Amino acid sequence: MEFLQKTGLGLFIIALLLFTATLGLDNYRLTEESLTQAIGNPYHLEEMIAVAREQGQLGKEYGSSFEFGAAFKELLKAAQESLNQKAKDGLPEGVSQWDYKMGGWLFKDYTFVATKKSSAGPVSGNPLFFFFLTIGLAILGGVLFILPKFLAIPGIKHNQIYHNPMTRGLKLGWRSFFLGATMIGLLLYGVYYMNDSYFWPAVTALVALFISALVLFYQNQAKRTPARSASPQVTGWLGMLAGAYLIGFYILLYWVPQHITGWILMVDPVSRALNGGEASQWFLYGLLYTLVILVMGVRMLTKYMHNRYQIVRTFSVMFFQVAFAFLIPEILVRLNLPSMDLKNIWPLNYTFFFDWNINKLISSGALGIFMLVWGIVLVIVAVPVITYFFGKRWYCSWVCGCGGLAETLGDPYRQLSDKSLRAWHYERWIIHGVLAFAVVMTGMTLYTYFSGEKTVLSFNSNTVRTWYGFIIGSAFAGVVGTGFYPLMGNRVWCRFGCPLAAYLGLVQRFKSRFRITTNGGQCISCGNCSTYCEMGIDVRWYAQRGQDVVRASCVGCGVCAAVCPRGVLRLENSSMDVKERTEVVRVLHVSREGVKLRD
Amino acid sequence: MHVVILGNGIAGITAARFIRKLSDHDITVISAETDHFFSRTALMYIYMGHMRYEDTKPYEDWFWDKNRIKLLNAYIERIDFDAKTLFGSQGEELVYDKLLLATGSAPNKFGWPGQNLKGVSGLYSYQDLQNMEHFSEGLQRAVIVGGGLIGMEMAEMFHSRHIPVTFLVREDSYWNMVLPPEESAMANRHILENGIGLRLSTELKEIVDDGQGRACAVITNTGERIECGYVGLTAGVHPNIGFLKGTSLETGRGILANEYLETNIPDVYAAGDCVQLREPQPGRRPIEAVWYTGRMAGETAAYNICGHQVPYDPGIWFNSAKFIDIEYQVYGDLQAQPPENHVSIYWEHPDGRKSIRLVYDREEGHVLGFNLMGVRYRHEVCEKWIREKAHIEAVLQDLGIANFDPEFYKEYDDEVVRLYNQQSGRNLQLKKRRGLAGALRFLRNPLSA
Repeated sequence: MEFLQKTGLGLFIIALLLFTATLGLDNYRLTEESLTQAIGNPYHLEEMIAVAREQGQLGKEYGSSFEFGAAFKELLKAAQESLNQKAKDGLPEGVSQWDYKMGGWLFKDYTFVATKKSSAGPVSGNPLFFFFLTIGLAILGGVLFILPKFLAIPGIKHNQIYHNPMTRGLKLGWRSFFLGATMIGLLLYGVYYMNDSYFWPAVTALVALFISALVLFYQNQAKRTPARSASPQVTGWLGMLAGAYLIGFYILLYWVPQHITGWILMVDPVSRALNGGEASQWFLYGLLYTLVILVMGVRMLTKYMHNRYQIVRTFSVMFFQVAFAFLIPEILVRLNLPSMDLKNIWPLNYTFFFDWNINKLISSGALGIFMLVWGIVLVIVAVPVITYFFGKRWYCSWVCGCGGLAETLGDPYRQLSDKSLRAWHYERWIIHGVLAFAVVMTGMTLYTYFSGEKTVLSFNSNTVRTWYGFIIGSAFAGVVGTGFYPLMGNRVWCRFGCPLAAYLGLVQRFKSRFRITTNGGQCISCGNCSTYCEMGIDVRWYAQRGQDVVRASCVGCGVCAAVCPRGVLRLENSSMDVKERTEVVRVLHVSREGVKLRD
Repeated sequence: MHVVILGNGIAGITAARFIRKLSDHDITVISAETDHFFSRTALMYIYMGHMRYEDTKPYEDWFWDKNRIKLLNAYIERIDFDAKTLFGSQGEELVYDKLLLATGSAPNKFGWPGQNLKGVSGLYSYQDLQNMEHFSEGLQRAVIVGGGLIGMEMAEMFHSRHIPVTFLVREDSYWNMVLPPEESAMANRHILENGIGLRLSTELKEIVDDGQGRACAVITNTGERIECGYVGLTAGVHPNIGFLKGTSLETGRGILANEYLETNIPDVYAAGDCVQLREPQPGRRPIEAVWYTGRMAGETAAYNICGHQVPYDPGIWFNSAKFIDIEYQVYGDLQAQPPENHVSIYWEHPDGRKSIRLVYDREEGHVLGFNLMGVRYRHEVCEKWIREKAHIEAVLQDLGIANFDPEFYKEYDDEVVRLYNQQSGRNLQLKKRRGLAGALRFLRNPLSA
């Protein structure tokens, strides 16, 4: 059994190394053919071929995507310049200058496809072989490592989680370093992303400083220093490595996918089989995401084989990821129908009310209209009604894709969430700030959609959307949301950033039957519940005084109840007597008529 | 008024918190163990790597300052009750107006040869844990002496690090002076299936010195020698009152206190493990070294210190523990050797890791207690049934409202009813299933039957 596990771990590590190495295996050689596949616009294509020939780049081989990318960028610039010159001399008959000139926004797409099409070497030659050698081998290793766990005696398996350099978390200093460096890095990259416009990055930085100042002011005013925040003594070097790898992965995936064409080429055959087309970086991401949820979902099943709530819930997140997030959208693409993740709800799905999406759905016949209505009904009916009956868990820990990843891949890191009161203050400001940003951004979008104007109060709606997509949609949800699993726990995005979680949370806090009840006086204040709360709720604070828990952030994963060694916590769908049972102090055994507590 | 509390465990800290709620007195809590209150029951989880020490602190460090509870890390060596002054080992002097003694327990040592060697320790304090951690480095085998709850915890701790454990239990079945035979047998099985070397009916005779002042083996009453690098002494605890002996404070095994937790000296109170009640309630022991009673006593002491006379009433007995992977809960009067009038229904799951036991009165038929293994029941519901002397058949028909297992868990309450029907020839039906609303309705209303 131990042998199987060690073999599995070894295979996984080999697979991960190979997977990383595949990015450097291919060479890149620009040909007329690859340019033709990358550039649909005939004027751009013609000019690019001419410039490439002139500079002697056709047929020239590069060893890395970075060198290739640099050379290709020169070509793009030269072609752009040349087309601009020619446009001055007069456009071809019947062609607008917008079609003729090559806009800078096209560079990213041209570069990505050209790089992919220019790849030559073992990976592009044998994509399926490398797919099985890397991703396939990783799955095999993972399964070998996980399956023997089914043989263990059922019960909570957290032994040595804080002794493991992967899951023990970071010292406060290291955590601050990662947080600070990531935030500054993302804002600086944001300036570049917004075409050297400082405005929105600067506004974001100011908002961040304002929130920090507010929270710290409150802390200092009450002479409060965080005690239980990050780990004071331990530093998990493997966790830091894993975090850095994940952060790097997301940066490449979102913003410079031309450097991961090796991976995308590998999944091309899978993509063709499913949707009939070639893989984009989003197909790669969707496939990896689904596979990770499946494999780590099985791990979750081994860990909680004694707990039916966890088993049912894990099957649920696996199902919704495979069917709703992955297969159904791919099949819809294959059928030439509008594709949509039918469980992705605005404002998490922030592009839902974007003009191109609305137009796409309206122009796609009955199915498109259904999707539009479905999406709106989810927001205004399903969320409040279902949350009223079951709490936000129906979505966050049963259906949602982000939640699905957090509950499977992220499960080993749930103890790293910050339980300090200070973190709670940050949480409330930031998550509701993001909700407000999402609402305002969507409002601007709809206003411009219906009015036909480009700006709202002199702010360009398009720029605001671009910035939201960058800083919230990609940077927060992806880079920080998943990259920080081993650094700050598995629900950083869900807890601090997700606007849908904020919306669900408001319903849960003020109008829901869901709560966690405590079992009389049985709490021993051990702290397992708080430690393993991925949302950083100090559950013990409530449990030790016999107080029922109603909190906006609780995603109802049920792990507090599972790890409690004394059977104190239970998730419930009933609001009966909730007022009395959530009182700040419930005297359980010592009480006498006439003795009243001071308020 | 200056209230000084000696001991920052659950009794002392609960008292401090409630004194603050009830008054504006100056409060000082003294401890030499740790700067801040931590959950003693969670010590094992630090060793097992489930939590860090930081995580066992129920309150963040700023809490004490905010609530004006002064914490003092000092070792008190002597108390002058006439001068109302405490004397610390570093020359500290502290004057009190009212004093609460909450000094807790110390592990029992029964005069075994070698009991003070290095590598021999109980598991009570944070220092004990550090000691255990220190000796775990390269440890080949640990021997645990004493088959109680702490012994089981210690066995699980070593087991979690794959350190072989031999568990010496004096009785012929684990903890059978508290657990009924079936539950005790279940615990035995579970210890063995985890690969822990359980030795029943075995006592420690001697701990062997390796010549360097460190334990290297134990010799049992059967003459067997077991090589080991660590010996855990977990044969119970006694009140930690050594430094109070020979003062004017009346003590027995613990500090003698009346129902208001007052000692024989005015303005001196006692709460928690260190107390020996002069007149315990019927069916209760004068010394109860349990987390829950410590918490209740701390709260009661706070009322009395603040001038509200409240007698200590621990209510209906309850307790809980966990035997490696099997949770254990008990409510009410449940005895290993039950008196004549106790009858019980015992249901056990085929997997041998879950059971439900209901005890009721043979004549009157009212329910007396609940013993649960691997199944969770609601404290408040069980307590109400016991307090109001609900009839066993009424309880059985409503048994579902006591169930506190998580959602989707199989409910076994109907199997208990079926078992009762088989044994009594009755034909009862389970009328209420698991659910909060049903339980709360029951708790709101007076008993119907």
